[in-house]
Amino acid sequence: MLAKRIIPCLDVTDGRVVKGVNFVALRDAGDPVELADIYNRDGADELVFLDITASSDHRETMIHVVEDTARKVFIPLTVGGGIRSITDARTVLTVGADKVSINTAAIERPGLITEISEEFGAQATVLAIDARRSKPGVWNVFTYGGRNDTGIDVLEWAQRGEDLGAGEILLTSMDCDGVQEGFDCDLTRTVSRNTRIPIIASGGGGHPEDFVRVLTDGEADAALAASIFHYGTHTIDDLKNVLNKAGVPVRMRC
Amino acid sequence: MIGIFDYGAGNLRSVENTLDSIGVRYEIVTDEEGLRRASKVILPGVGHFGQLIHSLDALEVRTAFCELIREGVPFLGICLGMQALFEKSEEAPDLDGLSIYPGVVRRFDSTARVPHMGWNELELEGRPRLLGDVGEHPYVYFAHSYYVPTEIAGKRTAALCNYGIDYVAAIEYQNVFGVQFHPEKSGVLGQKVMRNFLAAESLVVKS
Repeated sequence: MLAKRIIPCLDVTDGRVVKGVNFVALRDAGDPVELADIYNRDGADELVFLDITASSDHRETMIHVVEDTARKVFIPLTVGGGIRSITDARTVLTVGADKVSINTAAIERPGLITEISEEFGAQATVLAIDARRSKPGVWNVFTYGGRNDTGIDVLEWAQRGEDLGAGEILLTSMDCDGVQEGFDCDLTRTVSRNTRIPIIASGGGGHPEDFVRVLTDGEADAALAASIFHYGTHTIDDLKNVLNKAGVPVRMRC
Repeated sequence: MIGIFDYGAGNLRSVENTLDSIGVRYEIVTDEEGLRRASKVILPGVGHFGQLIHSLDALEVRTAFCELIREGVPFLGICLGMQALFEKSEEAPDLDGLSIYPGVVRRFDSTARVPHMGWNELELEGRPRLLGDVGEHPYVYFAHSYYVPTEIAGKRTAALCNYGIDYVAAIEYQNVFGVQFHPEKSGVLGQKVMRNFLAAESLVVKS
């Protein structure tokens, strides 16, 4: 049976992980390559690197992070943040990333989804959507890291993204993000039922039960989180044990 | 020499990294001459069936691939590289695959989420050499929308996977190996699969 995926997300700026990391004796708490390797050993199914570097001058550093990680860690790697062209996508895929995630750039130029999908395949094309509830059962798409309300309905955009060639949707609930009080299961279920590509739930995962809920009631195919793993509240292995006991199919550490 | 064939579109880096990690030397080959020098050939493929076939034809290596496979050179096709061994694919119905084996590669029907993306279990058929020492039901990483149906792989089936239907996750016949999953992204198990391929003898009796 296809396993539900658990995906740690590493926010990287200038080549360093920025969210706090205090769960293991890292030689260097901010080293993304070392952290990626630890997550891999702990049973992560994939990894997402989100480049939050403000200045484009430092983009080279991210390339090195991806390249070094791909040499050590043999699970799928997604890179998001700052991918604005087919050239940007090619650069990270060539050094060892498997997928690129695009967000604001796709809203501004939807054809980018098709370009990446046709060149590298739908399996390499992740559409990241930041959504905020505008009224019950309705969510708007936000861009620029949540600063700009596009007024576009999340379902409309998810379906359009699928039609344009996206192979996966990374769906972040801005209402739940950072709060660690559970994912927005209504959001993930609504998008999941109205699309035919895998949905990665993001935003709000703070307790193992939150993951159980979003991967069952929320009908998500994968769940992404950062703080719960970084701060060592729960290891991935712990989390998978809880999921396994709850009857959610997961790949146990080998 | 272990040759990894680069047709220009696939991301080879992950395959290279995996071989580096298990201490194997290889060469990236891009033409007929390179293929002829290789004692084992790996064809990694990502993207579109049509793009792969067009590239093989543009590089004028179709005949070389067919000949080396018939001559008994151990061959490993990864993902699209396995699908290319068959006659046709629904992804590009007008094009001919390498046609080593008959049959058509199909698209998952609309009842499943496509692409089939993530870690899924293998059901081994017998004791395939490629999948020695990986356990009974190993999880490996898949990312694909088209699949090899069981009826066209027949006795060459080395492992099945279930995604709504049972389909072929690996083939193995004499010197020809193919995997639908990505050993280069399947962690430690994937490294074992690569080692097994590199240790495999051709089993083709030269006349």
